[in-house]
Amino acid sequence: MHDLPKSKGNRTDWDNSILVGIAGEFNSNRSSTCALTVRNAILNRNIHKGEPMVHGDLQNSSGGGRGESQADSPPAARPAPLDPQEFRGDFPILSAVLHQDKPLVYLDNAASSQRPRQVIDRIVQVYEKDYANVHRGVHWLSDRSTDLYEESRESVRKFINAAQRHEVIFTSGTTASVNIVARSWGDCRVGAGDEILLTEMEHNSNIVPWQQLAQRTGCLVRFAPVRDDGFLDLDAFSRMLNSKTRLVAFTSMSNVLGTMNPMETMIQRSHDAGALVFVDAAQSAPHLGIDVQTWNADFVAFSGHKMLGPSGVGILYGRERILDSMPPFLGGGSMIRRVTLDGFEAADLPAKFEAGTPPIVPAIALGSAIDYLEKIGLQRIHAHEVHLSKLAHEALEQLGGIKILGPPPQFKGGIVSFVVEGVHAHDVAQILDAHGVAIRAGHHCAMPLHKRLKLVASNRASFYLYNTSEEVELLARAVAACQRVFRRRK
Amino acid sequence: MPNREEEIYQDHILDHYEDPYHRGPCPRCTHAHEDDNPLCGDNIHVELEIEDGRIRSAWFDGEGCCISQASASMLVEKIEGLAVDEVKNFSARDMLTLYGPPLTPNRQKCCLLAWRVVQSAIYSPRGPSSTPAT
Repeated sequence: MHDLPKSKGNRTDWDNSILVGIAGEFNSNRSSTCALTVRNAILNRNIHKGEPMVHGDLQNSSGGGRGESQADSPPAARPAPLDPQEFRGDFPILSAVLHQDKPLVYLDNAASSQRPRQVIDRIVQVYEKDYANVHRGVHWLSDRSTDLYEESRESVRKFINAAQRHEVIFTSGTTASVNIVARSWGDCRVGAGDEILLTEMEHNSNIVPWQQLAQRTGCLVRFAPVRDDGFLDLDAFSRMLNSKTRLVAFTSMSNVLGTMNPMETMIQRSHDAGALVFVDAAQSAPHLGIDVQTWNADFVAFSGHKMLGPSGVGILYGRERILDSMPPFLGGGSMIRRVTLDGFEAADLPAKFEAGTPPIVPAIALGSAIDYLEKIGLQRIHAHEVHLSKLAHEALEQLGGIKILGPPPQFKGGIVSFVVEGVHAHDVAQILDAHGVAIRAGHHCAMPLHKRLKLVASNRASFYLYNTSEEVELLARAVAACQRVFRRRK
Repeated sequence: MPNREEEIYQDHILDHYEDPYHRGPCPRCTHAHEDDNPLCGDNIHVELEIEDGRIRSAWFDGEGCCISQASASMLVEKIEGLAVDEVKNFSARDMLTLYGPPLTPNRQKCCLLAWRVVQSAIYSPRGPSSTPAT
């Protein structure tokens, strides 16, 4: 047991189950009290580091033949399955009725989630009682607003387990976070002939800023391939790392395939090659959490609006040493220590990267969203989503004529992308909308991945904590109706 | 019990989608143009035979959603025999009227793709021996 918490290979890789690993420890002669303590500590942090789990399958989740040993374990500390009815009432928008009589079935959470009353109320409350600009006034209200803003930064720090609060930068969203790194770090650290390694499953926002960097510097942007089964080709990824690789930027969870990447392995191998690592955690942060220290990532970015928070706020985490070495990107107020007619002196972290008036209220309300998520527990949320994905796979497969993209449900988050044979994705989404079902249609801002999969467009249903198995049933029924429209005269 | 799904996907629209008018290459093509809607991947290629300022024959090909393909079929059928000037005066609103069911702004883009391509095709003579459009 003694070395378990430090054993990184076992500890955190998403394809190296910590739960399986710890379960194995239960069967040894070591102190099970200690094992239980470690295990509970991890569960209580609500950060998913093990295999994907489904209802009632917490300890027995397996590596699925991916080379991990399995072990039985006592049924201890199993988080209770989540019943969305308990808190659906918190989300006012979910009671909407569309097209006269169709209850809204909101399955576009990977694009943006809805938010609970607690977050909406917080926004109103701040504007009504606590609002002034931050880090400026000496008046009471400015102090109050600044305190709340910085308290929220502390909430985020805990949420992602950053070592220092000033490693947490408030931005306008994941896209802004990527651009800050590409501009500030990239422009002074990357030159002609250097390489940036991405993967074929990246969102456009984790591609284009690097392509722009290549235009400015002459560096080369390379893409590690995705296998036909929807997993990253890890061997090819490793082979593409070399001494010219300056940065590796990849998603922790594909926004199309739902694939969860083996974070620790990829980060370790990138570091071994001497490269820094940027993680696009926009899709995983709302469902699995983030542990920047365990990941050992250099940069991590995510958005508030996908995790019950307001739009307009996102996070850039950066390792202190690296952020300190980077020049500011946007110039303006807040990011300076002093300005003279001859020049300026940049402020310390985190202000250095927060030029201008920041998204004060969204940042504060993001703290409320984190409180809400942590109260329910990310581990339960993820298990619930995997459960819904499983139901969706079953229901769609039963219809026939549906191609489901990506890995089986136990290896991904709550994202189910599919193609209805013979029906264009936009026609599917249009007909589903007539049934009140909101899904995404198109290339989901991942055009290169669709090209790789030889698809023009696909449909995507994505789940969150408030979605129900009845809604999955409604999805399947609406897809069946769509098939009837296009088959009726064949 | 009419709902929006049946409004948009009316029988005559599905007829055009499943059994389109003049899908394929124009045998005596004089003018051609192609464009796509990068947001959704819809693509339309139009070939015209223009003679003496009149559309003698109109053909299309492409891939995409029902609305983009059905509207292309309707449009090439509509413009055959029209004077080029009449095609120029055939407005976007006329195209939406020809299509029929009301469309949201997003789906209007699907419907207007073929119309945009035709409006360019009449100015796009193909090859050295082609006839000017006007």
